[in-house]
Amino acid sequence: MNGRSRAWVVAAVAAGGLLPFQDVIYIVLVMKVLCFALFACAFNLLLGFTGLLSFGHAAFFGSAAYVTGYLCRSLGWPTEAGILAGTLTAAALGFVVGSLAIRRLGIYFAMITLALAQMVYFLAVQLPFTGGEDGIQGIPRGTLFGLIDLKNDTAMYYFVYAVFLCGFAIVYRAVHSPFGQVLKAIRENEPRALSLGYDVARFKLLAFVLSATLAGLAGSTKSLVYQLATLTDVHWHISGEVVLMTLLGGMGTMLGPVVGALTVVGLQNYLSGIGSWSTIATGAIFVVCVLAFRRGIVGELGAAARRLIRTNNG
Amino acid sequence: MFELLGITPQGLVAQLLVGLINGSFYAMLSLGLAIIFGLLNIINFSHGAQYMLGAFAAWIGATQLGAWIGNPEFSIGYWPALVLSPLLIGASGIVIERTMLRRLYHLDPLYGLLLTFGLALVIEGMFRHWYGISGENYEVPESLTGAFRLEGIGLALPKYRLWVVAASLAVCFASWVFIERTKLGAYLRAGTENPALLQAFGVNVPLLITAAYGYGVALAAFAGVLAAPIFQVSPLMGSNLIIVVFAVVVIGGMGSIMGSIVTGIGLGLIEGLTKVFYAQASDVVVFVIMAIVLLLRPAGLFGRET
Amino acid sequence: MKKKLVSAMIMAAFAAGAFEAAAQSGKISDDVVRIGVLTDLSSIYSDLSGPGSVLAGKMALEDFAKDAKVLGKKVEILSADTQNKPDIAANRAREWYDKDHVDAIADLPATNVALAVMEVAEQKNRITLVSTAASLPITNAKCTATNVHWMYDTHALSVGTAKAVVKSGKKNWFFITADYAFGHALERDASAVVTENGGTVVGSVRHPFPGSDFSSFLLKAQASKADVIALSNAGNDTINSVKQAAEFGIMGSKQTIVPLLMFISDIHSMGLKTAQGMLLTEGFYWNQNERSRAWSQRFFLRHKKMPTMVQAGVYSAVLNYLKAIKAAGTDEPGAVMKQLKSMTIDDAVIQKGKIREDGRLVHDMLLLEVKKPQDSKSPWDYYNIKAVIPGDQAFQPLSKSTCKLVKK
Repeated sequence: MNGRSRAWVVAAVAAGGLLPFQDVIYIVLVMKVLCFALFACAFNLLLGFTGLLSFGHAAFFGSAAYVTGYLCRSLGWPTEAGILAGTLTAAALGFVVGSLAIRRLGIYFAMITLALAQMVYFLAVQLPFTGGEDGIQGIPRGTLFGLIDLKNDTAMYYFVYAVFLCGFAIVYRAVHSPFGQVLKAIRENEPRALSLGYDVARFKLLAFVLSATLAGLAGSTKSLVYQLATLTDVHWHISGEVVLMTLLGGMGTMLGPVVGALTVVGLQNYLSGIGSWSTIATGAIFVVCVLAFRRGIVGELGAAARRLIRTNNG
Repeated sequence: MFELLGITPQGLVAQLLVGLINGSFYAMLSLGLAIIFGLLNIINFSHGAQYMLGAFAAWIGATQLGAWIGNPEFSIGYWPALVLSPLLIGASGIVIERTMLRRLYHLDPLYGLLLTFGLALVIEGMFRHWYGISGENYEVPESLTGAFRLEGIGLALPKYRLWVVAASLAVCFASWVFIERTKLGAYLRAGTENPALLQAFGVNVPLLITAAYGYGVALAAFAGVLAAPIFQVSPLMGSNLIIVVFAVVVIGGMGSIMGSIVTGIGLGLIEGLTKVFYAQASDVVVFVIMAIVLLLRPAGLFGRET
Repeated sequence: MKKKLVSAMIMAAFAAGAFEAAAQSGKISDDVVRIGVLTDLSSIYSDLSGPGSVLAGKMALEDFAKDAKVLGKKVEILSADTQNKPDIAANRAREWYDKDHVDAIADLPATNVALAVMEVAEQKNRITLVSTAASLPITNAKCTATNVHWMYDTHALSVGTAKAVVKSGKKNWFFITADYAFGHALERDASAVVTENGGTVVGSVRHPFPGSDFSSFLLKAQASKADVIALSNAGNDTINSVKQAAEFGIMGSKQTIVPLLMFISDIHSMGLKTAQGMLLTEGFYWNQNERSRAWSQRFFLRHKKMPTMVQAGVYSAVLNYLKAIKAAGTDEPGAVMKQLKSMTIDDAVIQKGKIREDGRLVHDMLLLEVKKPQDSKSPWDYYNIKAVIPGDQAFQPLSKSTCKLVKK
C-alpha cells in the first residue's frame, strides 16, 4: 500500500468513526448500509473478481441471520459466539452450494445457485426454529466481550463499523494477493488459467466459500442491528438486490459495492413514502445501468478521472 | 375400494388432469423463453411481466377501453382479444428488442438478464400504481362457461380449462412444426447455431432475431389472455410464475423447443402430484428437480452438451 | 483513537440521558404530536390498507380538530411503506421514534410486521395502534403494554363465521390453509370453534404462500365430502380460491365455501356474481348505520373506494388516540394508554368499544352475507347483515389470555 492510499484509508476510517455525531444521519440506517455494503463486497469478490454470478446469495446472508438469531435469543449465547456460529454456518453452506455449483458455468451456475437458495428458503419456511413468517423477533444485542452494552446505538454502530472494516480488509487482501490474481485470470480466460496449471475448480470454490462466509457475517450482524431475522433475508429478492448494488456501484472495483449499497438502501429508505414508485425507480436504475453505465458509479468515475489525467498529461 | 396414501385412483386421475392444465401454461411460457434464449442468448426475465401485460390488455379491452375513447358501449371480447393482445404485446416486445436488447448482444448474456429484470420491475410497478394489487375480474367467455361432469371420477371439469389445454397444446405443437419443419424455421435454427454464417448467406439475421423476440413475447401474452379468466388479473400474476418457468426451461435444456414443451407438461403433472402428497413442497419440488437434473445432465434433459 | 472512542461513548450516553429527561417533563414531548401511519403501500396488502389507511388517519385528524392541534400543539400525520417486510418496517419505526420523534404508529399490516414494530415500540416506550394485522399472539404471548389491537383478530373472525355455519347444521369441515403463521393461526382458532360447537374437522391441506392455482386443493377438499370448505388464507389467495371453486362447480353445490378472512375490497374485485351467498365476518361495514354511512361517503369522495374495516380501524384508532391525549393532558405514553383503557370508544366506526388490559379493543362484530347481484341497489352495496356478534362473545375471553399484563 503506498503513502497516498494509506492516507485515504485513514481518512475513510476517521470519517466513519465520526459519523455518529452528525445529527442529520440516522445511525441505524447507516448500520444497515454497512451490513449491505459488506454483503455486496462479498458478492463482488465472486461476480466482479471471479466472474461468477450467483443468484442465491440470500441463502448465506439469511441462514447466518437465522442461526445467530436463534442462538442468541433462544439459547442465550453471547453475541460474539452467535455471530461466529452464524458466519461458520454460512461458510459450511457455501462449501456445499459452491461444490455443486462451480461444476457449471455462466447461466447454469446462476440457475443452480438459485435452485439451491430456493431450497434453503423452503427450509426456512418449514423448520420450526425460524418462526416461519413471523421470523425470529427480539434478538438481544447483548454485550461485547461482556463489557460494552450494544443496546446503545452508538456502541452498536462502532461494532458494526469494525465488523465492516474487517470484512472489507479481508476482501481487499484477497483481491490484492496472488490468490486474487489467479481469480482475475479465471475471470478473463478460464481455459488459459487451467492450461497454466492452476487448479481452477479449487480456486473458484475457495472464492465461493470466502464470499459466502462474508455474506454470512453481514447477515449475522444485520440480525443483531435489527434484532430480527425473517424470511425476507432468505428471499431471492435479496439475491437480486445485492446484484443491483454491485452492478450500480461498479463490479470489480473495491469501493463500488459500498457506493451501490449506500445508493440502493438510501433510495429505498427515502422513496418508501411513495409506494410503488420505489419499485419503478429500482427497475429504471437497473435498465439505465445496463444500457449506459455498465461500469457502475465508481467504475465510471474512475474512467472519467483517468480520461482527465490523460488529457492533462497529453 | 383401494386407496393409495389416502387418495382414491379416481382422485389421482382428477389431480393429474389439473396438473396437465398447469403444465400447459408452463409449456407455453417456457416455449417462448426457450425461443428467445435460443436465438438471442438472453434470459428474458420480463417474461412474467409480459404475460401479465397480455392479461391486462384483454381486461382493458373488455372493460376500460370503451370509456377511454368516449363510447362506453365499445368493448373487445375474449376471442378478438386472444389475437389482438398478443399482437400488441408482441409489438411492444419488438420495440424493446430494437431499442434496448440490441445493444447488449456483444456482451455477456448476464446483462440481458439484468436488463429484463429491471424492465419487469418497472412494468409491474407501474401497473401496481395504476390498478392496485388485488386485481381485476375477467369473465369466462359465454360459450365456454360450465363444466363437463365426469361421473366416473366424480369431477366437474370446467370447459374453459379444457379449452386452455387444447389451445396451448395446439400453439406449442404449431410452433414446433414451424421451427422444425419449415424453411424459415430452419433459418431460425441456423441462427441459433451460427449467426455469422447465416448472415453471410444473405439472410437478414437482425430481423430474424427481432421477429423471434416478438414471437416469444406474443406467446407470453397469449398465455396471459388464456389465464385471465382463471386467475385474478393482477400486476403480480407473472412475477411468482416466472421463477418456476425458468426452472422448466433449464430442466428442459435451454433453447430446446421440444424440451421446454415436454418438461413444462411433465412438471405440471409432478407438481400436481406433490400437491396431493406434500402440498407445502409444491413450490420447491421444481427446484429440487432442477438441481438434480443440472448435476446429472448439465445441458438439461433435451439439451445438447456444447 | 481509543481515547476518542471512549469519550464519544460517554458523550452519547449523556445526550441520550438528557433527551429522556426532556421527554418526561413537558406535557407534549418536543411540542408536536406525530402519528405515523406505517402501512403497505406497494405490496399485497396495499389495496385493503395502504393509501386508504393514510387517508383515514388524515381524516381522523381533520375530524378531531380543524386547526390540527391538540392541547394547543400541532399534530402531524406521517406515512411510510413497509413493503410488507418486517425488517423494513422495524427500521422505519426505529427511525421514526428516534429521529423524527413520532409518538404513535398506526395500522401495521401483517402479523410479522406488527410484532416487529411492537417490539421496537416497547423498547422505546412508544405507542402502537395495530389495525390490519390479525393474529392472536398480538394480544397474547407477544402483547406489550403500549399496544392496542384495534379492529379484529383471528379469534373474532373464526367465532363469527365458524360458529354461525356450524350452528346452521354444516358440521364437517375441511381447511385450505396458507402455509404461513397467519394461515396456521386462523386454522387453529377456527378448528377450536368448530369442535367446541359440535362440529368435526375432517382434513386440511396447506398450500405454499402466495399461490395462484388452487384447483388441486379444491379437488382434494371436494373429495373429502366435507360440508364446509374453509379458506384460511387472505388477499389474492382467497380471491383466486373462490374464483376457482366457482369454476369447478363447488360454489352453489352442497359444499359451502367459507372464507375466514375477506375484506370488502376483495368482494369488489371478484364481483358479486362469484361471491354471492358467502358468509363472512367483519368488524365494520360502511353501510351498517347512519354514522358509518356519513363518514364512509366522505371517505369515498376522496379515495374513490369505500373503506375496508381496517382502514376504518385506522381512522378510529388515530381519532381516539388524540382524544386520549386531550383527556390525559399529555402525550406521555403511560398516561395516554391509561386514558385509552379507561374510556369508551365511540365514533363513526366503533360504538361502545372498550380496551382491555391486554390491549384488545372489544367491540361488536358483524356476520355478513354477500348479496346476490340483483339485490345490490348501488355500487359497494354488497352485504346483508345477518347478525351482530356482541364483543364479549366475539373476542377471546381474558381468562384464556396468555398476555403477561393480565393479572389472574
